[in-house]
Amino acid sequence: MMDSQLLKIEKLNVFHGSSHTLQDIDVSMGNKPKAILGRNGMGKTTLCSALVGLTKMASGHVFLERHDISLFPPEQRAKAGIGYVPQGRRMFRSLSVLEHLKLVERKNTNWPIDRIFSIFPRLAERKSNMGDRLSGGEQQMLAISRALMLDPKLMIMDEPTEGLAPTIVDDVTELLLSLQAEGIGLLLVEQNISVALEAAEDILIMVNGRIINEVKADTLKDNPEMQQEYLGITFSD
Amino acid sequence: MKFFFIVFFNGLTLAALYFIAACGFTLIFGLMRTVNMAHGALLLLGAYVGYEVVEITGLWTVGIIAGGLTSAIVGAAIQAYILGRYQGDELRQTLITIAISIIMADLMLWAWGGLTYQISLPEMLLGGVRLPILNVGYSSVRLTLMAMAAVTGILLWLLIAKTKLGIIIRAGVDDREMLQALGFETKKIFVIVFAIGGMLTGMAGVITGSALSIAPGTDMQFLLSSLVVVIVGGMGSIGGAALGALLIGMAEQYGLAYAPTYGVVFTFVIMIAVLAIRPQGLLGRSEK
Repeated sequence: MMDSQLLKIEKLNVFHGSSHTLQDIDVSMGNKPKAILGRNGMGKTTLCSALVGLTKMASGHVFLERHDISLFPPEQRAKAGIGYVPQGRRMFRSLSVLEHLKLVERKNTNWPIDRIFSIFPRLAERKSNMGDRLSGGEQQMLAISRALMLDPKLMIMDEPTEGLAPTIVDDVTELLLSLQAEGIGLLLVEQNISVALEAAEDILIMVNGRIINEVKADTLKDNPEMQQEYLGITFSD
Repeated sequence: MKFFFIVFFNGLTLAALYFIAACGFTLIFGLMRTVNMAHGALLLLGAYVGYEVVEITGLWTVGIIAGGLTSAIVGAAIQAYILGRYQGDELRQTLITIAISIIMADLMLWAWGGLTYQISLPEMLLGGVRLPILNVGYSSVRLTLMAMAAVTGILLWLLIAKTKLGIIIRAGVDDREMLQALGFETKKIFVIVFAIGGMLTGMAGVITGSALSIAPGTDMQFLLSSLVVVIVGGMGSIGGAALGALLIGMAEQYGLAYAPTYGVVFTFVIMIAVLAIRPQGLLGRSEK
């Protein structure tokens, strides 16, 4: 399992009408988490959505553990091992917390409901609350749990810390780090540069629908000029 | 005063019938946003098949099962082979179901002619009871109808609120794409829902054909009533369908009894008022 290839994206192109949203995306990753950083509107969310199959790919290939899943509809990609934590969490508003978990509960999962509740006691306390009657942090816990219960090989997370209070951001970051210990790959899209730098060693920089650079987190951390150039923001400890 | 109560009970009976007829319609709309304009045709088809089966077997229960099954199969086939291709394209789906309803109506006219049929009831339902206090006679069929409406409503509510399938259906109503991304084959789920909706509709047809009668035109009559009921009550809500059916049933009966000339107007006044004040329906949820 050391350096096996978990995800490979080859020359992925996506169009929205006449605009070329994703241009020849090439990404390859193993079990080590990678983060994609970029400003708003650069195509990060479209990339996530194309990977889970909700946005139509115009051309290119996606391989999960060397199996070509490019033609798979979303439900088959989920079954093949892609877990998706979407931007804005996308809770089901007529389902309670417990029903969210029952929906995806399966026999012999590594993540039975009891285990989820022991990791997130907040969810156990709120189990009869409706999905949209939760705080942002609780929704995020539930969105992550919902994806985990499918026993994914790869988690695709789109801005999991968006709109969360700073203390909750730390909790989520810790959780992201623990995924690696569980042998689950992580492709993280973030606006929050400090979360990305902490959760991933490799950072992909996305500008105008292209991956223009791949750098080590440490390199980017110590290089304010690079941060300014690619992301228009600087981060310092 | 006695007259007032008799009208009340008639309204209740009609409401029960409207509710049973609207259940399948609101279920299908609730999940798939498909306005199934072939709803009336499915109801009439179920009724005709139910009639034939009751004539042959003499068993009313077998008739209602046969009517339900036929409409379930036809409904599932419509979704699987025709509507499924246009998922998400609601306008086109609606137009297609209008076409299907016209084709089905003509085929049924060809097969069963323009006669009026009534499905014979089991003997135990033929009599009547004398209601206490008011001291008016009331036929058992009508009481049975109300019991059936209650049972249908409760079973459907249990299905939606308490079963795994219900959880999946509700999740699909909320966010179809997210449900797919969690590994659910929504196409298959849609066919199942169409089958359940079709079954309820076909059974409603047999019940209609027993309580009233059926003829060409019954399809449009019940499509219209179901549309009005779910618009007033709120599309996709079972409680809403019950409330809508009650309001419309009462309005029609009281209108007919006290202001016969304007009887029909009341129904549409209610609908317009609801659309003006609460467009999502009385118990409906507004879109995000």
